[in-house]
Amino acid sequence: MAYLDHAATTPMLPEAIEAMTAQLAVTGNASSLHAAGRRARRTVEEAREALAEALGARPSEVVFTSGGTEADNLAVKGLFWARRSADAARTRVLASPVEHHAVLDAVHWLGEQEGATVEYLRVDTYGRVHPEALREAIERNPDDVALVTVMWANNEIGTVMPVRQLAAVAAEFGVPVHADAVQAFGQVPVDFGASGLAAMTVSGHKIGGPYGIGALLLGREYSPVPVLHGGGQERHVRSGTLDVPAVAAFAVAGQLAAEQRERFAREIGGLRDELIDVVRKAVPEAILGGDPVDRLPANAHFTFPGCEGDSLLLLLDAQGIECSTGSACTAGVAQPSHVLLATGTDPDLARGSLRFSLGHTSTKADVDAVAQAIGPAVERARTAGLT
Amino acid sequence: MTETPQRPLRVLAAMSGGVDSAVAAARAAEAGHDVTGVHLALSANPQSFRTGARGCCTIEDSRDARRAADVIGIPFYVWDLAERFREDVVEDFVAEYEAGRTPNPCLRCNEKIKFAALLDKALALGFDAVCTGHYAKVIVNDDGTRELHRASDMAKDQSYVLGVLDDKQLAHAMFPLGDTVTTKDEIRAEAERRGLAVARKPDSHDICFIADGDTQGFLAQRLGRAEGDIVDESGTKLGTHEGAYGFTIGQRKGLRIGTPAPDGKPRYVLDISPVNNTVTVGPAASLDVSGLTAIKPRWCGVAPTGPGTYTAQLRAHGGETPVTAELVGDELQVAFEEPVRGVAPGQAIVLYDGTRVVGSATIATTSRATAVA
Repeated sequence: MAYLDHAATTPMLPEAIEAMTAQLAVTGNASSLHAAGRRARRTVEEAREALAEALGARPSEVVFTSGGTEADNLAVKGLFWARRSADAARTRVLASPVEHHAVLDAVHWLGEQEGATVEYLRVDTYGRVHPEALREAIERNPDDVALVTVMWANNEIGTVMPVRQLAAVAAEFGVPVHADAVQAFGQVPVDFGASGLAAMTVSGHKIGGPYGIGALLLGREYSPVPVLHGGGQERHVRSGTLDVPAVAAFAVAGQLAAEQRERFAREIGGLRDELIDVVRKAVPEAILGGDPVDRLPANAHFTFPGCEGDSLLLLLDAQGIECSTGSACTAGVAQPSHVLLATGTDPDLARGSLRFSLGHTSTKADVDAVAQAIGPAVERARTAGLT
Repeated sequence: MTETPQRPLRVLAAMSGGVDSAVAAARAAEAGHDVTGVHLALSANPQSFRTGARGCCTIEDSRDARRAADVIGIPFYVWDLAERFREDVVEDFVAEYEAGRTPNPCLRCNEKIKFAALLDKALALGFDAVCTGHYAKVIVNDDGTRELHRASDMAKDQSYVLGVLDDKQLAHAMFPLGDTVTTKDEIRAEAERRGLAVARKPDSHDICFIADGDTQGFLAQRLGRAEGDIVDESGTKLGTHEGAYGFTIGQRKGLRIGTPAPDGKPRYVLDISPVNNTVTVGPAASLDVSGLTAIKPRWCGVAPTGPGTYTAQLRAHGGETPVTAELVGDELQVAFEEPVRGVAPGQAIVLYDGTRVVGSATIATTSRATAVA
């Protein structure tokens, strides 16, 4: 079995499992005042500090959420509501068109239901937003921009965005920027403090932590309107009793992700380069998606002309190779990826996309399995054609 | 003749999300075949704001199919054949009604989608067969040729909607429910025993793309209101209708004619003329048909030469009637031994030799047993 879908989820690290299971047996609501509560709170706050350190943030800037999707929604909707409520003219939302659906559908909803004007920023063929494109968009009317949201690195094609430069442009106009760093954390240097971002999303299960836990890194001067109202936990921004075992395990995984990032980029990046080589050797006409250099070290995205990505998925699955066409959908019906369409890829071509994403358990054997299977699979899928 | 030999095949099981196709897939897997499940996304009604998102019913069906596949322990995929389905089945359905005929979309779907688009893709991807939850039997002769037969349980038999399959399609078809003499309750019990949650799912409507079952409403939406005359056999106007497509030959209900027939007997739709948008009604006796011609014949095997005697089925769930049929050019000419009542052009005639499906054709014209006055 060759698991090459780590961008969907990656196995939990043994250290994180240990931290989580140790906490599962401990009672305590981190909001309670008695000894059990204090004990839970200490665990949570130590985790917060560890995660803050791993991400170049202050502990008070870590807001725990139920995962990446919730953090994205909180940042996008919450900042929009707060900015508009401070100044009714600020209703324009600038987003990259290659965002994850957690951001894309949230801004779309703001446009449909909250009177926002959503503008999608221009991207190049690698799916990258250039600072000039952002400057142009803001300068059209600097007074009506509510926020900017651009992901740190793309989950499908792996292109890394110039987040610091984008944040610097927005800062000239006093516009807050949110970045979804779910895929970037642990793979490229992510320093919230140095980034100039107002808010940044991270997720537990993408870095070897548990499912159901994530965080919004949130600059201290920002008070987004909550999406979840309740007991006032997490700076009154995100109510709800904290999941202490998940928080503890998330922090352990976060620390390890930061500590081992360079080695990960070197070793897994090397393996990923081998994977790209073997695919190109077997299928010379395969098109590598995203920036060939400035990309996530664990991502290899290809488009195979004349093939249906779904067919390739089925054929590789039958050979024990698990990968993805790029974007999942509730009903499982493949749509051409919005990311590829935004980069100007022909819609028919876009249907032949396949994403291999490596992770901490990947080995040379996984690459060898792809080398063996990909040629015949592409040949067969091409016969089946595009239905 | 022998039953289908059970050498392991790579099988693609079409799973609708219903109980029959789930049990069929489970039986194929249990028989030792290498089974992969696939749900066909056939409708493209955007009901959520995400571009191209599927309607909720389709999502629910595909989830049910996925659940069943997970329990059976087979891989599962959703294939988007909505565009092909719209072109080949839905548009054909509307056009047929518009032309005053009564189509059978399930038959068209088997011919153009399940055993064409789906089968072609399956074969290209290295599968040997497509498996469905239809009740019909495939029998392999000693010389390797295949025959399609009625299901062991006549009450459940669905060979009529498979009558369009030719021998090439039949060579790659698998119907694991065909040998079962069983009631729906027993299939549900089997699903229950296999841990399939669809065991208690209600049966689906006849026409899958008309979710509420309101065919007239669907057609009215597509074809608009087109008022015309309802006349008797002499041409006297009896009333008005809102679209000739809303009627089927033999229909009795919903004519909304104010004045009763002189003899007080019920009147039926005898003829639909889309050219002058007229619906002709008359007594039951005028519905009697002595023969018909049918077009686009398809044969399960070699086309018969010369006249032959068969039994014919003229509609889904219809009975059998003895006929003499002969292929003249591309046209099938059929004479009934006894007059048959209410034969609707557009429906398929499927010819049987005993339980064996010989072939099928689409009914084009009928000849009245009694002359129109």
